Amino acid sequence: MFGFIVRRTLLVIPTFLAIAFLTFVAIRLVPGDPIEVRTGERGISPERLAEFRHQLGLDQPVWKQFIDYLWQIAHGDLGTSISTHAPVLQEFLTLFPATIELALCAMIFAVVLGIPAGVIAATRRGTFIDYSVMGVALTGYSMPIFWWGLLLILFFSVQLDLTPVSGRIDLLYYFEPVTGFMLIDSLLSDQDGAFLSALSHLILPTIVLGTIPLATIARMTRSTMLEVLGEDYVRTARAKGLSPFRVVGIHALRNALIPVVTVIGLQIGSLMAGAVLTEYIFSWPGIGTWLIESIQRRDYPVLQGGILLVSGMVILVNIFVDVLYGVLNPRIRHGR
Amino acid sequence: MAADRSPAADAAVAAVKPPPGAFAPFFRDFSENRAALIGFILLGLLVFIAVFANFLAPYGPSEQFRDFVRVPPMWVEGGTAAFPLGTDEVGRDMLSRLMFGARLSLFIGVAVVIASMFAGIALGLVAAFAPGWPSIVIMRAMDVILSVPSLLLAIVIVAIIGPSLTNTIVAITVVYLPNYVRLVRASALSEKSRDYVIAARVAGAGTLRIMFLTVLPNCMAPIIVQAALTISNAILEAAALGFLGLGAQPPSPEWGAMLASAREFLQSASWIVTEPGLAILITVLSINLVGDGLRDALDPKMRRS
Repeated sequence: MFGFIVRRTLLVIPTFLAIAFLTFVAIRLVPGDPIEVRTGERGISPERLAEFRHQLGLDQPVWKQFIDYLWQIAHGDLGTSISTHAPVLQEFLTLFPATIELALCAMIFAVVLGIPAGVIAATRRGTFIDYSVMGVALTGYSMPIFWWGLLLILFFSVQLDLTPVSGRIDLLYYFEPVTGFMLIDSLLSDQDGAFLSALSHLILPTIVLGTIPLATIARMTRSTMLEVLGEDYVRTARAKGLSPFRVVGIHALRNALIPVVTVIGLQIGSLMAGAVLTEYIFSWPGIGTWLIESIQRRDYPVLQGGILLVSGMVILVNIFVDVLYGVLNPRIRHGR
Repeated sequence: MAADRSPAADAAVAAVKPPPGAFAPFFRDFSENRAALIGFILLGLLVFIAVFANFLAPYGPSEQFRDFVRVPPMWVEGGTAAFPLGTDEVGRDMLSRLMFGARLSLFIGVAVVIASMFAGIALGLVAAFAPGWPSIVIMRAMDVILSVPSLLLAIVIVAIIGPSLTNTIVAITVVYLPNYVRLVRASALSEKSRDYVIAARVAGAGTLRIMFLTVLPNCMAPIIVQAALTISNAILEAAALGFLGLGAQPPSPEWGAMLASAREFLQSASWIVTEPGLAILITVLSINLVGDGLRDALDPKMRRS
């Protein structure tokens, strides 16, 4: 098992280096000069320009810039944002909890609704319930989530005035972040209504981001459940006279969930992609909004560092899922 | 496995009796699946609209009627039959724009699938038949692409090469490439050691012939299913890019771009927002219905499950 983990981790190093190289090269191909963006239309004296270029290391040869960049990464230094002058890593760590909070809530939403929906559809196979659950799931799976977000805002925020449109919490409340998770921080702050405000800000983004994972999990659960329900041991369990709930909920579900766990793990990447859109719609101060703004501002270091960190996260989660899958299914561990 | 039958032999068999039932059970399964059939009809309708948008649309996609700005759809009070789905913020007919948008969206979907499928087949076969560094380089490169979340990768590519319709297609093609490469490589590897491939090799067939004529036809079923599923995802992603202002640029009637420019009218003229999104949803849904039906019909394990 240990060997499997080490092998799997070592495989990742070239991938990570390649991503660092590609982002490095790619960002230099982006049209638009970061200094031009910063100085605006008024222009700048040639001496100041040279000074700026020197500060940003842009006067060095490209290969030297890349070696320097790798060296910096190795020391945890991902550069400084050109527009805010804050270290990229620090900005990432400040904003990341917002994205994690949103993504976690979306995943919980998807799992809590998706697995039962899939189980119900599988056990009532071929009935009206099955068709409606699967119809809804396929619709959710096909949903352009940016539009879904706008629709929910239109209905719940504009027409019913139930939920706020943007941000993480009402401007009335302010407290120092402790964990970075607004739900927990607002509880710790002892301010009346702060938690409810944070919660109401979270509901619509959670639904929007959770819709596609929800649909995927429901579909996956249904199909693996159908396979498992046809197995002999399930028939045995039935024949023993166990209650249908026990047969489905304990005996069948446990085996049906193995592929579902992988699918949940694989959703992390698409969850990050969905988070970009969701955060953009709800002005959620997380990584997605940060990256989109960095593109608009041509903030090279932020884009470079951000992509690197996000891909690093996805890679780590994938290793974790692989290892978990190896634990659940020994054939993978020793395979190939 | 009748992969190595020469075309002449095929023609001879076809001449003697009607073609054996390879397609018939597939078609039966597919048409028994009512959901897939509905998807197929919807999709056919959409393709028809997209192809004949010039003749079907009442107006041009960027024709502006300055006296009819933000006219609601005809079934809402204040609407007019001249603009059945209303007009947008500068007085363009929504129906016409949506019809021309269908052309764009379907074109993007098909273009992405064709590009990523052909590139993926070539790279995947090379990876399967050239062990050693070509295979390693290709598969590592695919790992890199896969480890960046799809939409983020597309956003970065478009940010580098500039936002436009063509670049949207390029970016999404790159994003979906690994799916095909992995799929083709995996099935080619398992076919490679089969007897019929060895027989072909013994008979003197060159590597290229074996790759494309012997092995590839036997790997096609999963590739076709993947293609159907890619079209819908590509359309969604192109619309998302358009929505973020990084895809097709206004005044193009691309559905995502239409949504982007309409956001501020969410409250005052909601149809400008709801209609393009509904168009995207219906298109993607119908393609997914067909894709699901296709998978069930092509995969014997899934048959009638």
